[in-house]
Amino acid sequence: MHREKIDRIITEHRQFLDQFNHHVFVCSGLGCPRNDEIRRALERAVQTQHLQDAVLIRKVGCMGLCSAGPLVLIQPQELMYQGVQPEDAEEIIASLGKSPIQRLLLPADLAFFTRQHKNVLRLSGRIDPESLPDYLVAGGYQALLKTLATLQPPDILRSIQDSGLRGRGGAGYPTGLKWATVAKAQGSPKYLICNADEGDPGAFMDRSLLESTPHAILEGMIMAAYAVGASQGFIYIRAEYPLAVQRLKRVIRDAEQNNLLGHSICGSNLNFHIQIRLGAGAFVCGEETALIRSIEGKRGLPRPRPPYPAEKGLWGCPTLINNVETYANIPPLITHGPEWCANLGTDKSRGTKVFALTGRVRHTGLIEVPMGMRLREIVDDIGGGLTEGHTLKAVQTGGPSGGCIPAALLDTPVSYESLNELGSIMGSGGMIVIDETSSMVDIVTYFMAFCRDESCGKCTPCRVGTAQIHNLLIKFQNHRATMADLEMLEWLCDLLKNTSLCGLGQSAPNPVLSALRFFRREFLDCIATEQAHEEVKP
Amino acid sequence: MPTVTRQPIDDRRWQRIVQTMQRHNNRPDALIETLHTVQDIYGYLDSTILSAVANHLKIPPARVFGVATFYNHFSLKPKGDHTLVICTGTACHVKGNDQVLAWMHEHHHLAPGETSADNRLSLVEARCVGACALAPVILCDGVLTGRKTFEETTMVIEEWLGNAS
Ligand SMILES: Cc1cc2nc3c(=O)[nH]c(=O)nc-3n(C[C@H](O)[C@H](O)[C@H](O)COP(=O)(O)O)c2cc1C
Ligand code: SF4
Ligand code: FES
Ligand code: FES
Repeated sequence: MHREKIDRIITEHRQFLDQFNHHVFVCSGLGCPRNDEIRRALERAVQTQHLQDAVLIRKVGCMGLCSAGPLVLIQPQELMYQGVQPEDAEEIIASLGKSPIQRLLLPADLAFFTRQHKNVLRLSGRIDPESLPDYLVAGGYQALLKTLATLQPPDILRSIQDSGLRGRGGAGYPTGLKWATVAKAQGSPKYLICNADEGDPGAFMDRSLLESTPHAILEGMIMAAYAVGASQGFIYIRAEYPLAVQRLKRVIRDAEQNNLLGHSICGSNLNFHIQIRLGAGAFVCGEETALIRSIEGKRGLPRPRPPYPAEKGLWGCPTLINNVETYANIPPLITHGPEWCANLGTDKSRGTKVFALTGRVRHTGLIEVPMGMRLREIVDDIGGGLTEGHTLKAVQTGGPSGGCIPAALLDTPVSYESLNELGSIMGSGGMIVIDETSSMVDIVTYFMAFCRDESCGKCTPCRVGTAQIHNLLIKFQNHRATMADLEMLEWLCDLLKNTSLCGLGQSAPNPVLSALRFFRREFLDCIATEQAHEEVKP
Repeated sequence: MPTVTRQPIDDRRWQRIVQTMQRHNNRPDALIETLHTVQDIYGYLDSTILSAVANHLKIPPARVFGVATFYNHFSLKPKGDHTLVICTGTACHVKGNDQVLAWMHEHHHLAPGETSADNRLSLVEARCVGACALAPVILCDGVLTGRKTFEETTMVIEEWLGNAS
């Protein structure tokens, strides 16, 4: 019954789309400013050139290469125009079916596009984020329909476990194991949370996914709810992401109206509802126990684990909490089977990972690569190397919980293990390219100021320690440090790492420790006395 | 602080706040959503309104204020007529927004979180607005400008302030 309705939407929408000879996709992500004006100008140009029956202007999500934006993609020729302005609209419409506008054309073989392997970003920039028919025509919700019609919860749990998928929110915990724990847990109801807090400064993967393919996140969440037996879901999203919130509201409503959410989803016995909860600008609320308290309407203070949310979460009930990108991985994983994900990436880090590539590289934006790709390929090929006249110093990964990989170690493959070995982490996927103009002492001071400001203050090592470490770092910045300060710095970092209650305090020293490991010279150069010159280079 | 003589219960705006609370069945966990609504409507968290919210949700006022002050997004002070947001996330920091902040302090005597004496301009520091590929990013009354040098950025700000009235 329900299948038929979905199939009808697909057939009708496909017929509608096929009427047009040309589809003009306008990126409407946050990274492409003025895109509303560009779209309106293109629509006007279609009118003035009387091409309403032949040309369809469409708004789509981020195409990835935000640094060349605003981007416009012409289908079916697959031409991509960069740096488009509203004034270019007439010319673009007039050129359809004729030779492309060289001035705006992005080379089709740009390594930025050809070297990626898109899985969760597959539909980003290819569909209208808010259009359910678009998502359906692109194959959306097929994984859910297949799940409800042919799979039992244990089948899904097994698939997720076999795939080796690990959480994309930072810690890399095995997703299948977490789901199985929630499925087994006693207590009802069970809750499900999508962590869309994305507090890492410099990271925007989750925002982009939510803005570009919000239905895919819902689909992943619904499948998770089925697998673990949850009936109520929450999306906890930053208030700083108004566009993503607006789109989520819209797609939740559409999904409800089409029986993809709510009671007896698609005629099955699954009931599942989703509510949006706005964050309010506290980094620590990305931590799962703090996030749960925040949903409960309280100050977002972390609590010790265990008990883990899987057993005692929201209002004391079993709760599954996963990151946005983790949920986005579920539909393709079920569609293609666990082997497909397992065959991508490295032995222990499977599948693909989305990164926000920013900083001093030529091409900045959103990328997705198989795990295990070397950093060098990411920076030099996909990122197009450093901006004119600059040399690479380090790549910072994992934000304020991460560390930096020096230029000499650029052949490191990107996997949870290899980054950990170097004292950094994959984190949520922020990747900031740093050149010789930045001082590592400055950068770690910046991160420590961030952690000091964001510490919730509940435990002393973190509350006092971040402030003290920050003060010490300022002494280094001002070239007034001593060898005793360096010792103190290392001692405090160690203390913080081992005695803090939650991940914020435990990981706050990581950037400092990693900089001390690879860029010790810069710290020694900030020491005022002669002692520094006696210390041997690491 | 301006003295408040408003009777929130008679206020049409108060009705919108009540709607938010009702949508969450007036449960205590509606608090943060309600605070968002209050700030959307008034631009800040007015203390009279907060007391009324505490009353309505049957939670101690101290907890309401505790929550309101815990989160960066909430402000207990009214904002100026215009708002300049400077992103200080890592990508924007590495690309020079720290200089823009210093410049704002020097030329407009404003630090993040402050509003000018004539109530015309508020300066806000953002942790990352998620447009890092365009770093350095600033928002003038919500309109995003990115990928500019320090000099260009300061020119954008001056021009905007000159035109904004
Ligand atoms: C200080 C701190 C901030 C965090 N911020 C986020 C965040 O913004 N988004 C996120 O998904 N996970 C964040 N996490 C990790 C979550 O606590 C949790 O591990 C994650 O949401 C689990 O989802 P996953 O298994 O799908 O990765 C943070 C952890 C800590 C300690
Ligand atoms: S480690 Fe820091 S953020 Fe975490 S609970 Fe302690 S004080 Fe709060
Ligand atoms: S937002 Fe347009 S390409 Fe990323
Ligand atoms: S760091 Fe400024 S937008 Fe992300």
